[in-house]
Amino acid sequence: MTISTTKRLGALALLASIALAACSGGGASSAPSSAASTAPGGGASSAPSSAASTAPGGAALTGSIVIDGSSTVYLITEAVTEEFKKVNNGVEIGVAESGTGGGFKKFCTGATDINDASRPIKEADAAEGVACKANGVDYVQLQVAIDGLTVAVNPANTWANCLTLAQLKTIYGPDSPEKLTWDQVDPTFPKEPVVRFMPGADSGTFDYFTEAVNGKTDASTAYATQSEDDNVLVTGVAGDKNAIGYFGYAYFVENKDKIKAVGIDGGAGCVTPTETTIGDGTYKPLSRPLFIYPNTGKAKASPALKGYVDYYLANTATLAAEVGYVAVPETVAQQQVSAWSAAVPK
Amino acid sequence: MTGLSATPETIAPPRFEPALMRRKLTGTLFYGACLAAIGILIVALLALLLNVLIVGLPWLDVDFITSMPSRRPTQAGILPALVGSIQLAIIVGLITFPVGIGAALYLAEYAPDSRVTRLLQTNISNLAGVPSIIYGIFGLAIFVRLLGLGPVLFSGAATLALVILPLVIIASIEVIKAVPQAQREGAYALGASRWQMVRSSVLPAAAPGIMTGIILAMARAIGEAAPLVVVGAAAFVTSLPQPLSGSFTVLPIQVFNWAQRPQADFQGIAAAAIIVILVLVFILNLLALVVRARLSRHIQW
Amino acid sequence: MAAGQIQLTRRRPWSERIIEALLFAAASLGVLTTIGIVVLLTYQTVQFFQIVNLIDFLTGTVWSASIEPYKFGVLALVSGTLLVATIAMIIGTPLGLLSAILLSEYSSNRVRNIVKPVLETIAGIPTIVLGFFAINFLSPDVLKPIFGDDIGIFSALAGGIVVGILITPLIASISEDAMRAVPRGLREGAYAMGATKFEVVRKVVLPAAVSGVMASIVLAMSRAVGETMAVVLAVGTRPQLTFNPLESVQTMTAFIVQITQGETSQGSVQFLSLFAVAMVLFVITFALNLASAWIVRRYRTAY
Repeated sequence: MTISTTKRLGALALLASIALAACSGGGASSAPSSAASTAPGGGASSAPSSAASTAPGGAALTGSIVIDGSSTVYLITEAVTEEFKKVNNGVEIGVAESGTGGGFKKFCTGATDINDASRPIKEADAAEGVACKANGVDYVQLQVAIDGLTVAVNPANTWANCLTLAQLKTIYGPDSPEKLTWDQVDPTFPKEPVVRFMPGADSGTFDYFTEAVNGKTDASTAYATQSEDDNVLVTGVAGDKNAIGYFGYAYFVENKDKIKAVGIDGGAGCVTPTETTIGDGTYKPLSRPLFIYPNTGKAKASPALKGYVDYYLANTATLAAEVGYVAVPETVAQQQVSAWSAAVPK
Repeated sequence: MTGLSATPETIAPPRFEPALMRRKLTGTLFYGACLAAIGILIVALLALLLNVLIVGLPWLDVDFITSMPSRRPTQAGILPALVGSIQLAIIVGLITFPVGIGAALYLAEYAPDSRVTRLLQTNISNLAGVPSIIYGIFGLAIFVRLLGLGPVLFSGAATLALVILPLVIIASIEVIKAVPQAQREGAYALGASRWQMVRSSVLPAAAPGIMTGIILAMARAIGEAAPLVVVGAAAFVTSLPQPLSGSFTVLPIQVFNWAQRPQADFQGIAAAAIIVILVLVFILNLLALVVRARLSRHIQW
Repeated sequence: MAAGQIQLTRRRPWSERIIEALLFAAASLGVLTTIGIVVLLTYQTVQFFQIVNLIDFLTGTVWSASIEPYKFGVLALVSGTLLVATIAMIIGTPLGLLSAILLSEYSSNRVRNIVKPVLETIAGIPTIVLGFFAINFLSPDVLKPIFGDDIGIFSALAGGIVVGILITPLIASISEDAMRAVPRGLREGAYAMGATKFEVVRKVVLPAAVSGVMASIVLAMSRAVGETMAVVLAVGTRPQLTFNPLESVQTMTAFIVQITQGETSQGSVQFLSLFAVAMVLFVITFALNLASAWIVRRYRTAY
C-alpha cells in the first residue's frame, strides 16, 4: 500500500545517509565529543576522552578540542588546525571566532580549551581574570605571532596616505560626529563623508585600537559599520571610495589588490605596515603580539590538547607568516616553548 | 458592431472611432507592460542563475564535493555541509511526517466545528507567517538551552521542523478536504469506525498530495539558514556531523561563510556550493512530482 | 451508527479515543509553539525593560548596543527594515500584479508555460542565493556603475531589490487566485457592453478581486519585513535612521543574526536586546498577517 511505500522510501533514505556518513567519515568521526564542546556554560567540564598513545609524533591521538576567540588569530589557528588534522585525524577540533572578549568569557567558564587572543587577558575583569580564578581555570599566555594592526582605505582614496594618531581619533573617537567628512579630518582632504568600518566590541582588535588611539579601551564612536567578521570590513572598505576600516595585517595582505594600507604617524614620522616594520617595532603603536591561552589543567589531562599546543608552537613561525602575520623572533619563540613546558610538563 | 439596421441620426460612428482606437491602444500598452514585467523577471532570474553558474562551475568537481573545508579555496570542499544538509532534511522529514499528518487529520476529519477548532486553525495560519528567524530564537531557547541538547544537528532539525510544520499542515488539510465525501460515506456504510475510515479511504487518497507537500517542505528546509545561524551552526567544521553531538554545518551556512570573504576564490566556491544546493532542491522538486504522479495512479475518481 | 450485528467489526471505543487524542496533540503543537514563542519573548523583553527605558527604546533613533554609552533606540532598526521592505514592495507589487493579470486574463498556453515556471522557480530559490547574487553581482556590477561613488557595496537598495524579486511570486500567486475566482459572467457582461480587455481588467476584475490582491500585498510586506539571509549579506550592519536607499543600514533581522553570531552570554543587556527586537519583529509581522486576514474577510466581494 502507499503507506508502506512511504516507509520504504524513508528507510532507504535514512540508510543511505548513514552509509554516506559512515563510509566517507573514515577516521574523522571520533569518540563522542566531551561536554566541552556542547555545554554553553557551567563550571568544570569533563576532560576529553583521551587515547592511549602519547607518542611525540602524535600518532593515534584522539579526543576533542574546542577553540574560540579572536578573529585576528583565527587565521593562524585555522591553518594550524588544518595541518594538525592531516597527521592526527582522530582528534575532533572545533574553531570559532566570537572575538577575544567573547572568547575569554567562554574560556573562563571552562567551556573552551584554548582562547585565541589579540590582546592580553584582563586580569581584573569580572568576566575574564576574576572568573577564571573563581572557576579554577588555569592558563598560560603564549605568544604565537606579531601583528601590525592595519588601517586601510579604498584604492581610489588618493588623499589619506598618512594619518596621525590625532586624526585617527577624530575619525574613531567617542566624540566623533555622526556625519563626519574627510575635510574635518584634514583641511586638505575632500569634503566627502567618512564611511567608517570597524570590528565589533567583542574583538581584541577593537580593544587594542581604541586603547592605542582613543586612550581608553572600548571608547569609540558608534557611528560605524561593525562586524566581528573582518572579511566583511575588507569588503566594505573595498567597495566604497570614502571608506576606512581597521583589522589585522593578514587581512590586508590577503586583499592587497582591493585595499590600500594607510601609513601611521605615531610621532616619529609616517610608517606603513610591512613585515619589516612590524617585526622590528617601528610600526608604532599598532604593532601588537598575538596570543593563545590554553587551559593548562585540561592540557595536563589530555594528550590531544597538549599535542595540539606543541604542534602550534612548533609550526606557528611558518604558518603565521604564510597567513600574513610576522613570526616572533627565535629567542621569543624559545621562551614560549619553555613557558609551555614549565606549565605542562611532559 | 453596428450590424443592426440603424438610422444615421441615432448612431454617430465618427465620434466613437477615435475613442475606440485610443482605448485599444491603451489596452495594447498595458499588455506590453505585463509582458515587460515578466520580461524583467526572466532577466533577473537568468542573471542570477548565470552569475552563480559562471562564478561557481569552474570550482565544482568531485574533489569539491568530497573534501573538508579548508583555508585554501583550491582545497576546500563541502562534505560536512552536504552530509549535514542531507541528515537535516531526513530528520526534518521524519519529524514533520507524523506530526504534520496527525495535525492535518485532526483538523480536517475529527475536529468539531467549535471555537477550539477555529482557534487551532487560526493559530496554524498565523504560525505560517512568523519569520523563520523567530523560530530560530525559540529553538535556541528550547532545544539548545532548556533541553540541554546544545548546538547540535538535531536542535537545528527540530527548529526547522517547527518552521515548515504550519505549511505542511495547511497543505495537507487542503489535500484531505479534496477527497470526495462519497469515499468516506462508503466506508461508513460498510461499518467502519472513524479511524478505519480515515486509514482506508482518506489517507491513501490524500497520500500523494501529502507526500508532495512534505517533500516540498524538505526542499525549503534545505535552503533555510537563518534559524540555524541562531541555533548555532558552526563556522569551521573539520569532521562529519553527528546528529546529537559535536558541531554541525549545512550548505547554506557554508555559503554564508564563504560569500562574506572578499577573495574571488572564496566567491567561487560559495557559488559552487550554491549550485549543489540548487541541484538538491531541484531533485527534491522532481521527486515530489514523481511521487505525486506515481501514487495518483491508484486514485479512481 | 451500528446495528446489532455490526458490533463484531467495530473497534473498541478506547482505541479510537486514543487515536483521536494523539491527533489532537499533534494539532495542539501549533498552539503550544505560539504560546511558547510569546511567553519566551515576553519574559525576556520584560527583563530587558528593567534595564532599558521603554520610551527610550520605542522612540530613540540611535542604536548602539555594544559601544558605550549604550543606546537602544529601536527606531534605527525599524527604519532600516521598513526602508528595505518599502523598496521591495515598490519592485514586487507591480511585477507581481502584472504577472498575475497576465496569467489570469491573457492566458494563452504559450504565455502560461513561460510565466508559471519562472514564478515557481523564483519562489523555490533559497534566500541565501539571492543574498549572494546581491553582493557578488548586483551591488558591484550593476548598482556601482549606475550610482558611482554615492553607493558602497552594502546598501538598502541592493537588499530591497532582491527581496522584491523574492516576494513577487507570493503577490502573483495569491492575486492570480483572487482574479481567477471572479466569475466569467462578470467579465462577459462587460465585454458584451463593449469594453476592451484592459477595461475589463481595470473596472471589473481588479475591483472584484481587490480583497485578495490587497491581502497578498500585506502578506508580501510581512514576508519582506521578516526576511533575513538576503538582507544580512546585502544591506550591512550600520544601524541608522535614514531614508536614503543608497546607504547601508541594519534591519531587525540582521541585528538578531549579528548578536547570535557573537557573544551569547545570557543576562547581558545585549542578549536581552535581541529578544526585545525579536518581539518588535514578531508584533509587526503578526499585525500584518492579521490585517491581511481581516482585509479578506471585510472586503470580500460576494457574488
